[in-house]
Amino acid sequence: MTFINYASKEINCKIVYYGPGLCGKTTNLQYIYNKTSPDARGKMISLATETDRTLFFDFLPLDLGTIRGFTTRFHLYTVPGQVFYDASRKLILKGVDGVVFVADSQEARAEANVESIRNLGANLAEHGLDLATMPYALQFNKRDLPSLVGVDEMYRVLNFKREPTFEAIATSGEGVFDTLKSVAKQILVELRKR
Amino acid sequence: MSPANFVLYEEESKLLFDGLVRLRQDANARAVFLVDKNGQQIANAGDVSQFDITSLASLTAGNVAATDGLAKLIGEREFSVLFHEGEREHIHISIVAKRAILVVIFDDRSSLGLVRLRVKRANLELERIFEKMLQQSGSSAVAEERSQDSPFAEITDEDIDALFRD
Ligand SMILES: Nc1nc2c(ncn2[C@@H]2O[C@H](COP(=O)(O)OP(=O)(O)OP(=O)(O)O)[C@@H](O)[C@H]2O)c(=O)[nH]1
Ligand SMILES: [Mg+2]
Repeated sequence: MTFINYASKEINCKIVYYGPGLCGKTTNLQYIYNKTSPDARGKMISLATETDRTLFFDFLPLDLGTIRGFTTRFHLYTVPGQVFYDASRKLILKGVDGVVFVADSQEARAEANVESIRNLGANLAEHGLDLATMPYALQFNKRDLPSLVGVDEMYRVLNFKREPTFEAIATSGEGVFDTLKSVAKQILVELRKR
Repeated sequence: MSPANFVLYEEESKLLFDGLVRLRQDANARAVFLVDKNGQQIANAGDVSQFDITSLASLTAGNVAATDGLAKLIGEREFSVLFHEGEREHIHISIVAKRAILVVIFDDRSSLGLVRLRVKRANLELERIFEKMLQQSGSSAVAEERSQDSPFAEITDEDIDALFRD
């Protein structure tokens, strides 16, 4: 739900990074944080366990500049990927404007990706939302590791509406901004329609 | 279905702000914030410069969302008030009109009893403003009149690309 504030001349949009445990959601946000100038970003908040697994969410507010005099602000969230945190994942999707699905390219995680996308669809439905009509980008992460599923095969299994899809190595930043830009643009285009 | 927008116009923003200013004075609080349940700040009053407002809004919404989840698990609709007591600073959190969160930050110059009392009164006032906002956002005449100056209908691809040029 985009929040348009005519009093302070701001547009606030919410983007959620979704995906199975350890796929690299938090790493995406950390890279964005590190590569953004301090005046364009707020504090990054990570509610994590002692072993750095996301417990509730990561949060990063970004200011992208102005459109027609309105400050355009994106609030990036990650969900906890571990299966048993489903209640928290559901909460974080509330009011979402666009979703990035981060898939783990390793063979061993192929099943986990499929399961997580299914879980995303079900949790969006509980908020009355549908991935088919939402701003959405797909990321194949960890392309630097051995034993990977081929890109074509991943596309066949995970892409379902020709959503923009990006190969990425979140640790070195490859593909990270392309993914973010893609979903952010879709959100702004959606705003124009309404 | 795609997500709807939540629009705040100047007039209501002013009304909400006035309500918060009054609450802050009456409750002798350091600062008061009104936050959307999705974690976005709607208005604030008082001594806010020393707080990271964006973080505060997002964490408050997360806190309320988690607590709502807990309430449902034990068969309650919601916990309408949360109170966090610190050594010097305290936070009182309550729900307004089912969709917004009212946060009052106070210290020992005030008391929980006073804050509770004033919040109750402010809640009624804020609720009326929200009801008015919701009615208007449902009314097509108002929406049409106001959307004439909507800057977004005319966003060009160039405007969007310009945001991402670094
Ligand atoms: N080699 C490699 N490692 C990566 C990449 N992306 C993330 N990692 C590593 O994978 C591990 C997990 O990354 P996180 O970003 O914490 O994963 P997450 O998706 O947030 O996990 P949860 O919070 O449990 O859902 C970390 O050790 C990262 O450094 C990548 O592209 N390549
Ligand atoms: Mg994480």
